[in-house]
Amino acid sequence: MSHLSTKHLIGIKDLTKDDIELVLQTAKTFKEVINRPIKKVPTLRDTTVANLFFENSTRTRTSFELAAKRLSADTINFTYSSSSVKKGETLLDTVNNILAMKVDLVVMRHPSPGAHSFLSKNIKANIINAGDGTHEHPTQALLDAFSMQEKVGDLKGKNILIIGDIMFSRVARSDIFCLKKLGANVKLCGPPTLIPNYIEELGVTVEYDIQKALEWCDIANVLRIQLERQSIKLFPSLREYSLYYGVNKKRLDKIKRPIIIMHPGPINRGVELTSDVADSEHSIILEQVENGVAVRMACMYLLAGKS
Amino acid sequence: MNNRIILDNELLHLTLERLCRQLIEDYGDFSDTAIIGVQPRGVLLSDRIVEKLRIILKTPILYGRLDTTFYRDDFRSSGKQLKARETDIEFTIEGKKIILIDDVLFTGRTIRAALDALLDYGRASEVKLMALVNRRFNRELPIQPDFIGLTVDTQAGEVVSVDWGKDKNASCVIILKEKP
Repeated sequence: MSHLSTKHLIGIKDLTKDDIELVLQTAKTFKEVINRPIKKVPTLRDTTVANLFFENSTRTRTSFELAAKRLSADTINFTYSSSSVKKGETLLDTVNNILAMKVDLVVMRHPSPGAHSFLSKNIKANIINAGDGTHEHPTQALLDAFSMQEKVGDLKGKNILIIGDIMFSRVARSDIFCLKKLGANVKLCGPPTLIPNYIEELGVTVEYDIQKALEWCDIANVLRIQLERQSIKLFPSLREYSLYYGVNKKRLDKIKRPIIIMHPGPINRGVELTSDVADSEHSIILEQVENGVAVRMACMYLLAGKS
Repeated sequence: MNNRIILDNELLHLTLERLCRQLIEDYGDFSDTAIIGVQPRGVLLSDRIVEKLRIILKTPILYGRLDTTFYRDDFRSSGKQLKARETDIEFTIEGKKIILIDDVLFTGRTIRAALDALLDYGRASEVKLMALVNRRFNRELPIQPDFIGLTVDTQAGEVVSVDWGKDKNASCVIILKEKP
């Protein structure tokens, strides 16, 4: 297998296991590239990448931009707040105008789930989803899987716990699809109001007691509480959340073996994760960020060859 | 298909032996020298050359593997996407003499990409090229090998393939009359 089965990367749901493995394997070669003294290859020097971010982002946008630059692609950045969207232009018009300037690859983050799927039916360029509302964030799931594999090898049969705001988290959704396809056991943990009904249909189990859940897992992926997406209060206070579902050193010390701690960022220190855990030797949060560039290079490389 | 064997197992081993002796003649004890195999198939040859040299010279030899996938000029035009392989060069090539090894030299485009890739690891003091089979015609770039196992005249539609076999005594070089 040296081809992706799809022309766009909209969700992990659309990828096959072979696709995921191809991306992860290609990312390994790019990780070697970004650790060289000259961190750049000329592969995509004829490609222009548009980063369209209709939602705030630091990590993902910088990561995509760096990934494109390290492949020698040209990049243009678009942010919602300073664009003509404010004047009433539609999404399709905005994108078509940018594509008219000969753009080959669109990386987009949008608050509406399905925006990418809609675009993919209307434009020719390859699309990479950098997050669409509460739907999916495929490159985050791929970099999570890549980082996990680096630590524990094959994910088949490994116990992976996702803690926190599952309801509003696109990362949780993409992670579940990705990890299940790679054969891992996935458990979710969080307050009942933040666990969607019927989530077990995706092949995961749910545990409401965080101590029991932590004892079960090899790797714990802690998610941010997305207060900005909650229209009604789903738990009494951040303090109470932290008391019942926060990952702290006391909880981890009760477990005899070390477990790997991950977080997709940005961290609310002291809420879902305390500083002594986030900065501990078992935390691979910054490695996730490094791997993000390699994984995004792999995605761009594999999609750009398909135009 | 009438495939033709141009180097059988016995001759192939003699050729490898000769190539090693030629390298020793030119590079002596291999100080300031590194061997780099081109992924994927050149590495199968360079592994054998380095193994032989280490036995003959009984000294460590700097050896790396180089992948050229991201430097190729046929990224979109070749129709099929190439799978990237591992690059491991765990030494600096700055100021060193480099021997680049590939199994078959044909259009010269892989070596062009390899030279570009090599530049990203530093400025070598010189780079020489070894090819087990030098296909004389259909070169598309001004690239010639310095150490040659065998030179053959072939047509563009033919394929020259080195079969390293499952065990040490079953390798040979074959010309396939048609592309498989």
